[in-house]
Amino acid sequence: MLNDTIAAPATAMINSGIGIIRISGANTIKITSNLFPDLEKMKSHTIRYGFLIDGENIIDEVMVSLMKAPNSYTREDVVEINCHGGTRMMNSILECLVKNGARLAEPGEFTKRAFLNGRIDLAKAEAVMDIISSKNDFALKSSVSQLRGAISVAVKGLREEILYQIAYIEAALDDPEYFSLDGYCEELTEKIEVIINSLNRLLKSAEQGKVLKEGINTVIVGKPNVGKSSLLNFLIGEERAIVTDVAGTTRDILSESVVMDGFMLNIIDTAGIRQTEDEVEKIGVERTLKYAAEADLIIYLLDSSTEIDENDRRISELIKNKKVITLLNKVDLCSNINGFELADIVNRIYPHVDNLGDKSENPQSTIIRTSIKDGTGITEFSEAVKKMFLRGEIDNEEEVYITNLRHKEALIKALESIQQVKQSLDKKMPEDFLTIDMMNAYENLGKIIGEQVDDDLVNEIFGKFCVGK
Amino acid sequence: MKTKTDICVIGAGHAGCEAALAAARLGFKTIVFTVSIESIALMPCNPNIGGTSKGHLVREIDALGGEMAKNIDKTFIQSKMLNLSKGPAVHSLRAQADKLAYSNTMREILENQENLSIKQGEIVDILVENNQVAGVKTFTGNIYECKAVIICTGTYLNARCLCGESITNTGPNGLQAATHLTGVLQKLGINFRRFKTGTPARMDKRSLDFSKMAPQPGDEKIIPFSFSTDPAAIQKEQALCYLTYTNEKTHEIIRENLNRSPMYSGLIEGTGTRYCPSIEDKIVKFADKDRHQVFLEPEGLSTNEMYVSGMSSSMPEDVQIAMYRTVPGMENCEIVRNAYAIEYDCIDPAQLNATLRFKEITGLYSAGQINGSSGYEEAAAQGLIAGINAALSLQGREELVIDRSEAYIGVLIDDLVTKENFEPYRMMTSRAEYRLLLRQDNADLRLGEKGFIAGLKSAAEFEKLNKKQKSIQDEVKRLKETRIGAAGYVQDFLVLHESAPLRSAVSLADLLSRPELDYKKLELLDKERDLLPEDVVVQVEIEIKYEGYIERQKRQVNQFKKMENRKIPSELNYDEVSSLRLEARQKLKTLRPLSIGQASRISGVSPADIAVLLVYMEQYRGR
Repeated sequence: MLNDTIAAPATAMINSGIGIIRISGANTIKITSNLFPDLEKMKSHTIRYGFLIDGENIIDEVMVSLMKAPNSYTREDVVEINCHGGTRMMNSILECLVKNGARLAEPGEFTKRAFLNGRIDLAKAEAVMDIISSKNDFALKSSVSQLRGAISVAVKGLREEILYQIAYIEAALDDPEYFSLDGYCEELTEKIEVIINSLNRLLKSAEQGKVLKEGINTVIVGKPNVGKSSLLNFLIGEERAIVTDVAGTTRDILSESVVMDGFMLNIIDTAGIRQTEDEVEKIGVERTLKYAAEADLIIYLLDSSTEIDENDRRISELIKNKKVITLLNKVDLCSNINGFELADIVNRIYPHVDNLGDKSENPQSTIIRTSIKDGTGITEFSEAVKKMFLRGEIDNEEEVYITNLRHKEALIKALESIQQVKQSLDKKMPEDFLTIDMMNAYENLGKIIGEQVDDDLVNEIFGKFCVGK
Repeated sequence: MKTKTDICVIGAGHAGCEAALAAARLGFKTIVFTVSIESIALMPCNPNIGGTSKGHLVREIDALGGEMAKNIDKTFIQSKMLNLSKGPAVHSLRAQADKLAYSNTMREILENQENLSIKQGEIVDILVENNQVAGVKTFTGNIYECKAVIICTGTYLNARCLCGESITNTGPNGLQAATHLTGVLQKLGINFRRFKTGTPARMDKRSLDFSKMAPQPGDEKIIPFSFSTDPAAIQKEQALCYLTYTNEKTHEIIRENLNRSPMYSGLIEGTGTRYCPSIEDKIVKFADKDRHQVFLEPEGLSTNEMYVSGMSSSMPEDVQIAMYRTVPGMENCEIVRNAYAIEYDCIDPAQLNATLRFKEITGLYSAGQINGSSGYEEAAAQGLIAGINAALSLQGREELVIDRSEAYIGVLIDDLVTKENFEPYRMMTSRAEYRLLLRQDNADLRLGEKGFIAGLKSAAEFEKLNKKQKSIQDEVKRLKETRIGAAGYVQDFLVLHESAPLRSAVSLADLLSRPELDYKKLELLDKERDLLPEDVVVQVEIEIKYEGYIERQKRQVNQFKKMENRKIPSELNYDEVSSLRLEARQKLKTLRPLSIGQASRISGVSPADIAVLLVYMEQYRGR
């Protein structure tokens, strides 16, 4: 559809210092100003510095530029958000935009709009067509690769159920003398509850799937000088070379992604931590609190060459009940650590572990002895992460991030439609109103598994119900 | 011998009648040909007009200036508004017709129509010169030169009727089949397919025991089909229909004799419609159902024949008698006419554009069952559009294309000419994606202007319609602007109607949108209101009560329209669009859609193909 507002990354979603997200369409300003209120005051073709917000929360520190129609790439109102790079950040910004009413752009859609609005030179047509078709192939492949797997089975099941209910109503509407809907709404209300629950579960599992596909958001904690920076540098290894050097700029790198054996860690390491390294209290409390709350994984570093102290106990309290892997570092040096105190630390972090259980099977309570200097224990660390997040199933499918987010968007839309059905049921609307939103949900779920609607409904009516004279 | 005329219509069924009347009323000398004068507007199958979604079609035909609604208003013997307990979008009017009266009354209209003449005779050739229609030739050798031909041959082309093992090469009701035209049209490059449909037996009323069946009366207050019929003038005593059921015994007989049904023995080659399954089909496909409904419907007031709705069949006569006699009330039934299946040739409608003209032949139109549809109403709707368009094109005016967001007629024609269709097509409310807007109650408001522009509706009628439209808008506005405070008498009123009391002032529209309140009840709080006609009140109520849903549909329609308005140049060469996938290219080349919207509905054309096409069109425009 041509006039709604679309959003997509304008730069590749790789781990670079800066990423750009582009928004285009009639509601660009309305939608983006929910995240960046200053936008409304901006003149066309200016750029402004500020913070993107999602309600109370700051998402990122950004530069936003505005190009009003018709003097923009697409000849529609266009906003470009210069944000921090990397999938994680760009992902959350896109999600916020979608939440506020934008739609994720189809491959090549900005260019398509530029064309349709007469903006692009005709000589470029062939080249653009190639891009569109190749991007389509790409999108097709990535959606095909998702056809397998538990989500698609679940989505198919839900679609079947929804279609059956629509067909039931439609059969009755088309053949009222042969089909009665008496008492049907009570039955449907229960079924709708079940569908809502399933959709919520799917949305949650989409979140879990995200960890595998987009990387595990990881924070390294520990008192000063335990080797946090060394660990980071060690893990980054060669990747370091492609990371923008940030010194002296206002754009700090928020996370660096490290591909390990079958998974990816997005390690959060702010310049801020380095800047305030001497302020022990601040590190121990504020930063840890903030990042630990959002992280999927916490790497807790202990220094085997120093005694466990109050800082360690404090940190262990703060990261209680999170997914933690404890590394006992500097094992190449003389050990000054007390075994009982160490056990106490582990128990603080994870107090619910059954003491009688086989602790060695639980990566939470395993302490890995490492020496970052010579790489000791890194293999064990990698195994522990896998045990914790992959549960043995290593997903080697190559996934395209944008496709996943689109799926999530479709799931959310389907859920909204089904909730609308519930409202209509509560309001005792006639049955024919229900199928409008049920069909919307059915279509949105179809987008996830790449199936079109076409004649599904008519076939279902004839296939499942004996209609006709 | 040669005769000159403007437009020839082949066939005088429901499509042919509407086509001929429209063409003649728009000022063209028109001749309608029929194999038998007695078969004008014949109803060879069910004795009703309307029903779910078909009732919508009839209303739309009326709004555009067609005849069907007026004709059934004159000849119905029972009337019912179906789905009254559901939302307004699916309310559907259905009337039992006196078949003979329906046919005769329509014949009278045709006979007295200026510019129109009727000829009995089979057309055996269609003359085409340089891809332009030049005339038709009758079996007896007469040539009628004309500028447009509308083919409305229904199920008559190479028709074959099957009743068990006995097969006759006849059309419906034993009428003569048309055996020449298929070959003629094939020579013109038109592709055919073979479809099948069927009809149940007719019973002698005197042999039925209605005391064992449930009587089915009509509505107390009869609502006419036509917007121009005065409701008061058509209130009358109505005939009864009766409901009974098949049972295990019936099913057993059918199962035992399945091998003698031509459907299952392989004698039938045509594709049947899933909507009109024979009783054999129902029992095979829905084996778990222990009974099926059977409605007995009178075929008219001047006949004893009763139509057995729900039990069409192609079983041999002896099996038919045995199975019908297992049904309560039909134990001693006597068959007047056997049930039979009929096979016939019809065209692949993808060869038509949305005006119902053949894409490759100027002046040649086709409408009705020959286009692969089923049903009287579907046929009449197409006939009307084909007739209007033949006339408009001879006038050199823009032809009438109704889109999916404007009418069921638009959905019907778009589905036929765009989507692949492998069985007789029947209208259904579920096919109309914008049905909340396409109600039978607002067909006049939706289509009146088109009827006026085409020339079938008078300026006076159009003026009246505009007034109605305005008073609806004014009243909606007034209700939204009139505030009601939380005064004591208001709260009392609300309590009385089991509605939540007010916390602060609201508009009358807010109150009206509450499910438990309606326009009439609100009179007590709205004493200064003008007395408005009932049809205006109905529209006001619907607009306010379902506002949120209607708004959502309107937004969908806006999106839809954008794609529909992107017209594809008719001379566009798809072979030059290099990035199209092969399948899409082939489909687009054969179907030649009028707009990007239509192209996107073709099965096998993906969103990526559409993007490629849009880009190409931009390039093309620049040349």
